[in-house]
Amino acid sequence: MTDFFFSHLLSLLIVVPLLGAAGLFIVPRERIAALRLFTLAATTLNFILSLPLFIHFDNHSGDFQFIEQYDWIPSIGASFHLGVDGISLLMVMLTTLLMPLVILSSWTSIVHRVKEYMIVFLLLETAMIGVFVSLDLLLFYVFWEAMLIPMYFIIGVWGGERRLYAAIKFFLFTMFGGVLMLVGILVLYFMHSQTAGVATFSYSTLNQMIIGRQAQLWLFLAFGLAFAIKVPMVPFHTWLPDAHVEAPTGGSVILAGVLLKMGTYGFLRFCLPLFPHAAARLAPLIGLAAVIGILYGALVSWVQPDLKKLVAYSSVSHLGFVMLGLFSFNVQAQQGAVIQMVNHGLSTGALFLLVGMIYERRHTRQIADFGGLASVMPAFSTLFLIVTLSSIGLPGLNGFIGEFLILLGAFQAKPYLAVPATLGVVLSAVYMLTMYQRVHFGKRTHEENNHLADLTLREKLVLLPLLLFCFWIGLFPGTLLHKTEASVQKILTTMEVKQTTLLDRTERISPAQPAYVVNEE
Amino acid sequence: MTFTQPTIDLTAVSPLLALLATAIFLLLLPLFFRSAGRALLAFVAVIGLLISGVCLFRIPVVPISGFDRLLLLDPLAIAVHGALLLAALLTLLISLNRVEDEYLNYGEYFSLLLFSLIGMMIVTSTWNLLVLFLGLELFSIALYTLAGIRKMRADSVEASLKYLLLGAFASGFLLYGMALLYGASGTLQLNEMMLGIEADASTLALIYAGVILLFIGLAFKAALVPFHMWTPDVYEGSATPVSAFMSTATKAAAFIVLIRLLAHSELAIRFPWPQLLIVLAVLTMTVGNLLAIHQKNVKRMLAYSSISHAGYLLVGLTAASSSGDQAVLFYLFVYTAMNIGAFGVLSHMGVSNADERVDFESYRGMGYRSPFAALCLAVFMFSLSGLPPFSGFIGKLYLFSAAVEKGYVALVVIAVLNSVASVYYYMRLVVNLYMRDPAEELSLPRANAGLKAALFIALLLTVLWGIYPSLLTDLLAGISRPLP
Repeated sequence: MTDFFFSHLLSLLIVVPLLGAAGLFIVPRERIAALRLFTLAATTLNFILSLPLFIHFDNHSGDFQFIEQYDWIPSIGASFHLGVDGISLLMVMLTTLLMPLVILSSWTSIVHRVKEYMIVFLLLETAMIGVFVSLDLLLFYVFWEAMLIPMYFIIGVWGGERRLYAAIKFFLFTMFGGVLMLVGILVLYFMHSQTAGVATFSYSTLNQMIIGRQAQLWLFLAFGLAFAIKVPMVPFHTWLPDAHVEAPTGGSVILAGVLLKMGTYGFLRFCLPLFPHAAARLAPLIGLAAVIGILYGALVSWVQPDLKKLVAYSSVSHLGFVMLGLFSFNVQAQQGAVIQMVNHGLSTGALFLLVGMIYERRHTRQIADFGGLASVMPAFSTLFLIVTLSSIGLPGLNGFIGEFLILLGAFQAKPYLAVPATLGVVLSAVYMLTMYQRVHFGKRTHEENNHLADLTLREKLVLLPLLLFCFWIGLFPGTLLHKTEASVQKILTTMEVKQTTLLDRTERISPAQPAYVVNEE
Repeated sequence: MTFTQPTIDLTAVSPLLALLATAIFLLLLPLFFRSAGRALLAFVAVIGLLISGVCLFRIPVVPISGFDRLLLLDPLAIAVHGALLLAALLTLLISLNRVEDEYLNYGEYFSLLLFSLIGMMIVTSTWNLLVLFLGLELFSIALYTLAGIRKMRADSVEASLKYLLLGAFASGFLLYGMALLYGASGTLQLNEMMLGIEADASTLALIYAGVILLFIGLAFKAALVPFHMWTPDVYEGSATPVSAFMSTATKAAAFIVLIRLLAHSELAIRFPWPQLLIVLAVLTMTVGNLLAIHQKNVKRMLAYSSISHAGYLLVGLTAASSSGDQAVLFYLFVYTAMNIGAFGVLSHMGVSNADERVDFESYRGMGYRSPFAALCLAVFMFSLSGLPPFSGFIGKLYLFSAAVEKGYVALVVIAVLNSVASVYYYMRLVVNLYMRDPAEELSLPRANAGLKAALFIALLLTVLWGIYPSLLTDLLAGISRPLP
């Protein structure tokens, strides 16, 4: 029984939200409370189901665990192949954790079309988990693109004033990157089937192939563009502020918390191990773009008059750190990057929730409209402060661990990039604390702010789990670091082995070329 | 002189015979029973289609060549007959939804539909040029009439006339090409003439000219750019179900003949097909998509989008391989389901014969007034734009992967970028369905059972083939190209 449970756990995580969505179809649309409770139950169930995944994960192995494989399209070698390593494990946990909180947070803010809202969120969860656990490139792509549809609806139906523009911009940007990745996947697939004679989309099999330099570069660009748009890296970030500002609170939380991580996850899972030579060649350029992102995001955040926009641009800055960590090619930096992905999900998620809560009360997000909230809403201000500090990277909270590890690793690899990146840490303190001060301290200049109600129990319940994890990661980072260490190490080893093989072959011309090496110029 | 009686194998023609009998029966029924209503006639037609489908299913998979090699039933023909029958079935069902038109004789309407279906089935199952031409004229003339069947409407008559004139022009090209080919080779069998030719320059010139003219005639039918001009006007003027049938079935028939022409001429004569097809594919996709973006009328938008889909099909044709042909067939199936489904929802929107309400604005807020129809339309739009998990994605995947396999990566890049552009106009419809409030409170007529059935079938197929494509690919696995 337990064996059966563990060997089907991942597909269960994918199916439960899907069944939940199907179940919602039956619930009549007038029963709003029932719709909400049902969705909350489904997402909570999924979170509970994901706990054994975390507990039973073998920390010492960098291999994929909880593997499942079924035939899907046997004629072209695509299969329903799932598995997690330490990196995807954390991403799955982050997703299942955020979902119930998001549903809970929309209790009062979403009153129209509740049924549709709940359905698309559940469909979104299915797609997001699918992206993180797919070990088949085609399956990964299907989930990757399928995710667009619910997110498009979330922005377009429940969004703000300019939601139609933001939704279509989000859609076109993401799909533009996605389709080029599809071409990349197909090229990779045929490269493998024409040299090794086996037609398969399996990640592990394709990962054994050593690809020629020129081909690596093109494939890296095809995959990388899709991921860079999703991250988003400067200069592909312009969809992000629009999408974030227009999306409803729940949409922003998921967008920042999970969807952006898919970009960095994609780099780590696909671009680095599959195309290590191209990754190494482009690393200075990408590192530079990352640092520009860190500084640019921070500077733009500084001058934002709108709270949500400020948080949105701070994402550009934080994700810049993650990219810098990934492209430093050492264990510290990459582990830091993975932790930072989780951190950003927690603290930015919490920030968007907090902004949503105050927006519900005041129907404005302009920083200038607030001031002196600390005395009216003490609980709100306290929680806001903790989240702000976590986002800045105060030691003892989660943000510090990630940024510190990234910078530590980056200094060893690329000191010329790490130094300006450090400036980003300072800047983040500047813009976050300035914002905090203007919102919570000082005189109350607006009459409306005098009688604001403090957080309700429900709202505290939404924030509490996030804060708990912020402290936990900050104080006991080992829990997560142990999970990711072997997996990150494995990716780095794969890269190194492939690099040496490729170099070896160019130095001495061996008569017997291994069959797996293709497209060598 | 000895006369050997040709062997007549009726199994091969049983699907055709079933349809022919039904079509004639439908024509005669209203003569004897004046009270025979639309529902009864449609019921008879559906039964005929189902019988034909069963007969088709009973045909053995080995290629049959009957009637002194005039008729050929290879896996390609059987597969496309399946797609054509599906198209006819869905079209019949969505035809039931329209407000009954007092000027329309439904017996004629349904039998014309079946006659055009018979013509398409003949066209797709022969190597013989004469039979090909007969079949082509049979379905074309039926379609010219169908386009103008709403005879009290000026735009319908205009559509019919336009289609007739341009179609006749295309037939002229086709016939001229056939004459040249026959003159050069001395045979009417397409699969033999290319093999028996003598390679002297003048014969080759005749063959080239013949093949090109034949190609142009077919390109008209398939609405490839630059032979696409008739499409939007004809689709707009015709009754919505007729447009649905033309956009899917005609395309299927024309593409199968193209496959047959290309497969054999490629083997024998050195003609730069890949280059020609690439240019046409790029033109067809891009022009179709760019023109679709600016449409205010949903029907015209779908007309231009159907042009761009012909372009995607050409990408599969460029691959010139068994997997490419299978991909084309797969796409024809999924396109039939999703496109007729989309047209079905369009026909639902029309409140009366005078007001079809085909502008984008009419769709505002539809998602909350008729949820099922709107959901179907949204799914069809996502599928048409090639998004997973719907069948349109798998269809494009097969087409594009066949091209990548042969190294046409740049062509595929252009094709996928075209898909992105197409998202813009498909999503405009989805925006109106769900993201904008209705401008006016307008009650929609209740969807008729026929339409509901059609939408349900189309939705089911679109989702099923998207999630588990093996259901369909296993049926198409027998299609293969003769090896050079």
